[in-house]
Amino acid sequence: MNVMMLLEMAATAMGDRVAVGPLDGGLTGDSLMGDAAALAGRLRASKAEHLVLCDEPGAVLPVSMFGAAWAGVPYVPINYRLADDELRRLADRAAPALAVVDPSGAERLAGVDGLEIVERDALRDDPAGGAQPADLSDWPMDADAAAVLLYTSGTSGPPKAALLRHRHLVSYVFGTVEFASAGPDEAHIMAVPPYHIASVAAQLSQVYSGRRIVPLPKFDPDSWIDLVLSQGVTHAMLVPTMLARIVDALDRRGEALESVRFVSYGGGKSHRAVVERALELFPAAGFSHAYGLTETSSTVCVMGPDDHRRWAASDDPDERARLSSAGRPLPGVEISVRCGDGTEAEAGAAGEIWVRGEQVAGEYAEGGSALDDDGWFRTRDSGHTDDAGYLWVHGRNDDIIIRGGENMSPGEIEDVLLTHPAVVDAAAFGVPSREWGEEVAVCVITRSPAPAADDLRELVRARLRSSRVPARVEFVDELPYNDTGKLLRRELRQRFASDSPGG
Amino acid sequence: MVELRPGARFQSTVCATEVIVVKGTGPAELTCGGAPMVAAGSAERSGEPSADASEGTLLGKRYGDQDETIEVLCTKAGPGSLALGDVPLTVKVTKPLPASD
Repeated sequence: MNVMMLLEMAATAMGDRVAVGPLDGGLTGDSLMGDAAALAGRLRASKAEHLVLCDEPGAVLPVSMFGAAWAGVPYVPINYRLADDELRRLADRAAPALAVVDPSGAERLAGVDGLEIVERDALRDDPAGGAQPADLSDWPMDADAAAVLLYTSGTSGPPKAALLRHRHLVSYVFGTVEFASAGPDEAHIMAVPPYHIASVAAQLSQVYSGRRIVPLPKFDPDSWIDLVLSQGVTHAMLVPTMLARIVDALDRRGEALESVRFVSYGGGKSHRAVVERALELFPAAGFSHAYGLTETSSTVCVMGPDDHRRWAASDDPDERARLSSAGRPLPGVEISVRCGDGTEAEAGAAGEIWVRGEQVAGEYAEGGSALDDDGWFRTRDSGHTDDAGYLWVHGRNDDIIIRGGENMSPGEIEDVLLTHPAVVDAAAFGVPSREWGEEVAVCVITRSPAPAADDLRELVRARLRSSRVPARVEFVDELPYNDTGKLLRRELRQRFASDSPGG
Repeated sequence: MVELRPGARFQSTVCATEVIVVKGTGPAELTCGGAPMVAAGSAERSGEPSADASEGTLLGKRYGDQDETIEVLCTKAGPGSLALGDVPLTVKVTKPLPASD
């Protein structure tokens, strides 16, 4: 197995369709095959053992990913926003390698031992670089070969490289995407950064379904909206912070996006109020909420458009609450929520989420497999399921607040705070307490008229147990997010841990 | 007789058809064009599909049996048609999943 099978099938059936870029002048499936063959030839003629990509979303992504797969070397997208020394360390770990870079990358990575550097534009003009293009269908078919290395945004220590083999990614696509199912007018706007698993999954899925990829190099909500309008975009995948910013921008512009038929969001906690407003601002769109991890080849659970419409229209609060769930497992994927002693948690009870399936890699380049003997991967996310099998993801285990021996999910407290009309965003986290071990602190962003701290406490008391009432309420102007939209509660923990209790 | 497991790839010996196993494990009499299929890349093509097994395969389509014991995906199309033992495999029409990326 090789992800090149996906491109080969697509080019065979839809080779004249534009695969990536504008309808006028983009790369067709056939030309993507040609460029990948040329780059594969170049990689084989070099000593490269990896292809490092240090660039923004663009046509260079699928050329690099498929070219690397064709040559049999892993594709390693790295975060171009990192500081120079960190960037160089990651490139050094991948050397000997061919690095495909944006115009500033050549200088930033110059002098790394064993790194051959080629700029994006030079690669576009001459992907073979003087080498002989690879022959058709001569890619290695070893299903166990490494296809992609992704540095995860680990919470501590140096970043770990999650390793995805060809069989994981191909299983994911065969299990979730119907071949050539996209209409010729469909287009997917690709705004997530290349070093995110969603970028890898999106490229494979769009190519296989025959949907044109419209890359957005630098995300800001207005550029995103403008590109959707100018390119007739029909499909989008967003991390929650992007969705929230787009919703705000559409409200400001007084616009709704009629051309969009499908919006998928995931990769972090999304706020129900944002989703409810988004349903109005994308009137023709079906919404999907996906839950997945780098180590699971992206999505393992999804709540699709039918569920969204059904739960949004429901008067039953329990059913309406499913709007903040991650839906149910994909076919072929099993989810298990387990208590601390390893037994299966009952419906409604919180525990740790474990995942199993063909697409679940659960492996790191250094350190090997993290799967247990039965193939289960421990996500380190906490969550619960309901009687119907819907999964709620509460957040990282590390973020759980343990007050007087009672485990509390910060997400649950945040969800309640966000129901207050003046609360724009909220973060709950634990701070040390002599009496309780930890107690609940919250940071909130509010609009005027701002509520009093005690109003917010009363809200939590009325909706949850009194143990969840925040001891501390801080009013802040912004909350720390990483660049793919994950709330960094640990930064808040550190910032407020040493202060004397206030508010 | 071939050994099925998810991800295993088989080719026809009488046409260009290739498939990959999506579902099913264990030994199976998988045929294409009336002739037993073999591991992909392990044989040269010779002969033609038999007349009663030449309705062809379609690229990217999923084929399965009535009992849903196996499912294969066509990765290369050809003029032969697929069968399990004496029973032709049919195109599976599945409800599409919501796109998640």
